[in-house]
Amino acid sequence: MMEAERILRKAARGERLGMDEAATLYAEADFFSLGQAAHSVRLGKHPDPVVTYVVDRNINYSNICVCGCRFCAFFRAPDQEGSYVLTREELTRKIEETLELGGTQILMQGGHHPTLPLSFYEDILRFIKDRFPIHIHAFSPPEIVHFAGLGGLDVGTVIARLRAAGLDSIPGGGAEILVDSVRKAVSPNKCSAAQWLEVMEEAHRQGMHTTATMMFGHEEEPHHRLEHLMALRELQDRTGGFTAFIPWAFQPANTAIRRPPETAVSYLRLLAVSRLVLDNFDNVQASWVTMGPKVAQLALRFGANDFGSTMIEENVVAAAGVHFRLSVWEIRRIIESAGFKPRQRTMAYQLVEDSYRDNP
Amino acid sequence: MLDVKLYNEWGLEDILGKIEAGRRLTIEDGERLFACPDVLAVGALAHRVRRGMHGDAAYYVVNQHINYSNLCVNGCRFCAFGRKKGDPLAFELSLEDILNKVRARSQDPITEVHMVGGCHPTLPFGFYEEALRGIKALRPELRIKAFTAVEIAHFAKLEGISTIEVLERLKKAGLDMLPGGGAEVFSPRVRSLLCPEKLSGEGWLDITRQAHELGIRTNATMLYGHMETERERLEHLDALRRLQDETGGLVCFIPLPFQPANTGIRDVRPTTGVEDLRTMAVSRLMLDNVPHIKAYWVMLTVKLAQVALYFGADDFDGTVVEEKIGHMAGAESEQALTRSELERVIREGGFRPVERDCFFEEVGRGGNDKTAVLTTKGTKE
Repeated sequence: MMEAERILRKAARGERLGMDEAATLYAEADFFSLGQAAHSVRLGKHPDPVVTYVVDRNINYSNICVCGCRFCAFFRAPDQEGSYVLTREELTRKIEETLELGGTQILMQGGHHPTLPLSFYEDILRFIKDRFPIHIHAFSPPEIVHFAGLGGLDVGTVIARLRAAGLDSIPGGGAEILVDSVRKAVSPNKCSAAQWLEVMEEAHRQGMHTTATMMFGHEEEPHHRLEHLMALRELQDRTGGFTAFIPWAFQPANTAIRRPPETAVSYLRLLAVSRLVLDNFDNVQASWVTMGPKVAQLALRFGANDFGSTMIEENVVAAAGVHFRLSVWEIRRIIESAGFKPRQRTMAYQLVEDSYRDNP
Repeated sequence: MLDVKLYNEWGLEDILGKIEAGRRLTIEDGERLFACPDVLAVGALAHRVRRGMHGDAAYYVVNQHINYSNLCVNGCRFCAFGRKKGDPLAFELSLEDILNKVRARSQDPITEVHMVGGCHPTLPFGFYEEALRGIKALRPELRIKAFTAVEIAHFAKLEGISTIEVLERLKKAGLDMLPGGGAEVFSPRVRSLLCPEKLSGEGWLDITRQAHELGIRTNATMLYGHMETERERLEHLDALRRLQDETGGLVCFIPLPFQPANTGIRDVRPTTGVEDLRTMAVSRLMLDNVPHIKAYWVMLTVKLAQVALYFGADDFDGTVVEEKIGHMAGAESEQALTRSELERVIREGGFRPVERDCFFEEVGRGGNDKTAVLTTKGTKE
């Protein structure tokens, strides 16, 4: 405990933590001291008591996927009942609704479709950009690696072509745990940790921003979570291209992994440790979608400075049986009730003129 | 424990001093704790007190909830449970229905039946006595925690006898404890707005005092997050603290966040997590003479209830099956938790699970019983 207190003071001074120090904190630090240290580091980076959020919609262009990850409740096989690829009409309607609700971006992801060529995705991007002034945050690294494999292209070419067609930024999904032994067990057909990092490095090199996620609480050990953080920190040192880190807890219902969900205290501890380890990340997001609004609100005192997205639509976590719903007003009220000022932002964490400023 | 400097920064060093010295906080102290922007600072104080009283223990009970009827003459505006006769959602259990519910769980290692209902317009007092006798005949080892002070007052009125006589007769029929509901917020201002027909705050305290004097221990609740002020919450806590000084009969205090869905109160938003945790912590700090504080997961959600173990709570309540009152008001929690899931959540929070009975006596279990998994409706195993 004494050692943990020493490490916390070191982190609060803004000094970098090593793997062993992170492990000591994660295992031993007092709950309140950990939260306090994470919050003080957060205040060092963002002295104004502002908590940001983004108004956007998750659009899943298709749920057809040949990956078969064991933690996923969303995917369908190509011929399975309930499989779909969105039509242009559906896509148009979803984007129109998003803009009407003051949205600034869409997060668009799908599965690993076995046959659709890269040109299909380029066409979608052009179709959207020709019609709508909206930021497209789309295609997680595993999808990009999949597109490359299917088309016999290298990752750099895929990113450049998608970017030319209108892609603005890449979401940090599919990172799961960036340790290959874990990935082999839970998502054997998905890209490796090195490939995930390579896509992000290449995107950053081409001038694109991305986010980074971690899905924890399935079959990994605690030290794998810390290795994941170290891998992200190392890449961020080289590129500076990550805008935010978003840890979220695996939701086991309807998946092939039988274990109970991660608890709130474990989540808050991991969030705080992430803030302390990721000293080169500006933003850390709370996950109300998986933890519920009440715990996510407390996360704003455990290192998070962002409340994530309003999620006008969300399908993947919902498929795992978790249905939290929040309006923009509700998000603003939660942020205010925690003692912060809510501000709408873009994917690049620029503040925008709030489309929702005065409560009704 | 957080750095002392933090309390100087927030101007709470005198409150920290009182807590260290074991001295009682005033209502004004409570107001300053509600006003402190740093919920972690307040929580850490409550955790210090909680650890001093209970160490790393976190209690739970293996229990069964029975709501005998939701017919109710009161019509409180905050309630989504109570119904009038003829309402399609109204229900009433017969004596046999109640006993069948107990029989249905006869293989489960339950130690407590928690039974409450509305203020039924016509059921005779004998019904409740028979229900208690029937349950005790089926499972004599069970403790029955039943009937709020509001129901006790209602029985007395309907039967034309005193509340003391009601309590005496129920005790004789097998009643072990009162659950402490119906306290809401004692403030007459709030009650006149929310539940004008219901027993007054003074009446609730009187009946609870009578129960204690008859040797019937009770819990006490507070329903917050509707129309009351923080001051009114603190006055409620202070009234309980004074009652406890007199009788010592309160076992556990249960702060309940108001759930507005499906109630007659449309203009109030649900409480937020930080507000729930702060209220929990202030309750622990104010109620220096009440041994236990419950994080009732049915109202808080399991996730927040686990966090609340760091904000003054030492009890996680129970396995609860077929809870209706909170869920009819839109509570988003599960219907039931298995014992193994309760223990896991407590342990992963960093606490030591201790099974208790309704009086918080530790329940010793031998062999297989300890690992028994309760298979119940709503269980996800």
